[in-house]
Amino acid sequence: MELPLLHLALVGTPNSGKTSLFNALTGSRQKVANYPGVTVERKEGFFVTPMGRQVSVVDLPGTYSLRGRSPDEEITRDFVLGKATGETVPDLVLCVADSTNLRLTIRLLLELKRTGRPMILVLNMFDIATRRGVTVDVARLAKELGVPVVTSIAVRKGGTADLLALTDEISAKLAAEPQENSWRTLSVAELRATQREADRIIADCVSLPARPDTWTARIDAIVLHPVGGLVVLALILFVMFQAVFAWAQPAMDLLKSGFDMIGGLVQATLPDGLLQSFLQNGVIAGVGSVIVFLPQIILIFLFILLLEDFGYMARAAFLMDRIMGGAGLHGRAFIPLLSSFACAIPGIMATRVIDNKRDRLTTILIAPLMTCSARIPVYTLIISAFIPAKDIWGFINLQGLVMFGLYATGIASALAVSFLIKFFMLRDYAPAPFMLELPDYKMPRLKSIAIGVYTRAKMFLYRAGTTIFSMMVLIWFLASFPQPPAGSTEPAIDFSLAAIIGKAIEPLLAPVGFNWQIAVALIPGMAAREVAVAALGTVYAIEGGKEAAEQIGQVLATKWSLATALSMLAWYIFAPQCASTLAVIRRETGSWTWMAVTFGYMLVLAYAASFVTYNVAVALGAG
Amino acid sequence: MTDSNETRSQMPLGLAQRGYTGVIQHLAAGDAGSALSDIELESRLIELGFVEGARVEVLHEGLVGRDPIAVRVDNITIAVRRREAMAVIVA
Ligand SMILES: Nc1nc2c(ncn2[C@@H]2O[C@H](COP(=O)(O)OP(=O)(O)OP(=O)(O)O)[C@@H](O)[C@H]2O)c(=O)[nH]1
Ligand SMILES: [Mg+2]
Repeated sequence: MELPLLHLALVGTPNSGKTSLFNALTGSRQKVANYPGVTVERKEGFFVTPMGRQVSVVDLPGTYSLRGRSPDEEITRDFVLGKATGETVPDLVLCVADSTNLRLTIRLLLELKRTGRPMILVLNMFDIATRRGVTVDVARLAKELGVPVVTSIAVRKGGTADLLALTDEISAKLAAEPQENSWRTLSVAELRATQREADRIIADCVSLPARPDTWTARIDAIVLHPVGGLVVLALILFVMFQAVFAWAQPAMDLLKSGFDMIGGLVQATLPDGLLQSFLQNGVIAGVGSVIVFLPQIILIFLFILLLEDFGYMARAAFLMDRIMGGAGLHGRAFIPLLSSFACAIPGIMATRVIDNKRDRLTTILIAPLMTCSARIPVYTLIISAFIPAKDIWGFINLQGLVMFGLYATGIASALAVSFLIKFFMLRDYAPAPFMLELPDYKMPRLKSIAIGVYTRAKMFLYRAGTTIFSMMVLIWFLASFPQPPAGSTEPAIDFSLAAIIGKAIEPLLAPVGFNWQIAVALIPGMAAREVAVAALGTVYAIEGGKEAAEQIGQVLATKWSLATALSMLAWYIFAPQCASTLAVIRRETGSWTWMAVTFGYMLVLAYAASFVTYNVAVALGAG
Repeated sequence: MTDSNETRSQMPLGLAQRGYTGVIQHLAAGDAGSALSDIELESRLIELGFVEGARVEVLHEGLVGRDPIAVRVDNITIAVRRREAMAVIVA
């Protein structure tokens, strides 16, 4: 007889390795990182046990209790209690513990027991505990707690074998005893009593080493030094942007010459005409100009992933807490905002760890001001065309410095907007507390970094192949039709729909120094910011012919004034975000209004910033 | 130095300097002036392991107003603001 699907749920304190375990069991590639609050959604996966039982396992956000004080913790609570609509209650709860840090998990487990769900305590990260000299009397712990206990090493091959065996053993005799759920929100006294009980059990069953992790202490002595720590943080960010420019260049040059070669081939082999123009101007000059930025995207993600896996993120949040607090931001806002450097979408999702509604909303509103990786192509294109690649003081690359400045402006304006929100709307409002576990440092794991980088690179290329490609087809079409009447002497593109549309919008954008080509590029840029680069590539390629197709950067340098270029950079610091970000804001705030507000305020800021930049630059003689 | 409760006077953790070590005596959420309600603050502190008898050590402090602080609570490190740490009475 086929046994029914067994439903498992992974519950535990934040950063205990639930997602690592989920990935190990199901072979998935969900995001793992060394800071609390990585997982903010419910994720289901499937696997088959050694005995052949079909299992569905659900990974949940980490939580210290079932009180559900923030949106991510509510997800866990509702799932465990079976409150989530249309969900089955888990047949078996795997309570995942960080073995080096059992106190909080054992307290959680005592609370979980009240739900009456069958449970296993998984002592994860047992490798680290062993290395530190922690010894656990597993049999005694199981007896004291009244639940089976098993050790695991989620990140090692075969590290979950014992857990799988135990799951088989237990699931065979489950079914029969449906238990009553006697859980309700614990009072302070009950909380305290469970923590006392947990401490007593730990004292009986676990012997802790005398020495804490000395590496973490040594690194923190520098990294969390009141002054030194901030210097290190600034240095890390600075090196990151320098590297994005300096190290990515050779690979980018290679990609570029590759595309040039293909372009030349198309030119040489295909007859003049629409097909040649489509391939050369639409595909290669358009999509190709975006793909060229792949090395930079990879580098920036590499940096962020390394910092995340190492355990630096929580430290950065610690260092920034007061500065962000001064701007009216919640301490937990730091990590969501930092994730927004990669992309605002995961950043906005990560705000679920913020318990206070208003704090969460503020963070969502400013997250798109963080310079996401999709802006990199726009920035780099313009910077390399207009800012000379010289070194100042011998070691600082000027282009990297400008890039750093753009990021810094993004951050500063996010803080300023948050400050204004606090000042005007939430005047009477005391700061929300900041309480965050600082996990021990861990050596970044090559495999998870590689997977992380690979996933991002794939996503970028996928976007290039879908969203960006389809926008390019549209733009190429608009820029190519209608064709000029026979015998006309003006450039063909002047007769196209793109020119008609662009010129219709141009008067609106003239005060900020944008020409009609930019106007044409900005609108599809809403689908994905990189499209703006691709669109400029295509429009100028069709306008300028072969040479232009190959060297969009150089074309810009001749067609735009410096003031226009700077104005465009300023625009993109604030640029109304892409459609998918708006959709996520709508979903996470549950309101069209906030989506419209975000769009509106960023548009106003972008226009204002460009206006000021352009006019100041013109006044200084850069027009 | 003898670390017994008799010889050391009680004080809120929120006033402790870097390097301070002590043992939690009790929680006094009402005195903290936190944005959270007393019950909520006390619950959270307990959930992070701040219960009577736990050993604490102030490991690091921030730059502005020496805030926040990183506190070793038994064998984990927690970052809290001094305002909330005022609710933890140590000696
Ligand atoms: N050495 C070792 N490291 C582990 C083990 N399990 C997880 N890790 C590491 O611990 C960190 C946290 O792992 P995650 O799987 O993201 O933890 P989580 O419980 O899902 O965290 P949240 O989603 O934030 O609640 C990562 O850096 C993992 O690489 C283990 O068994 N051994
Ligand atoms: Mg997780």
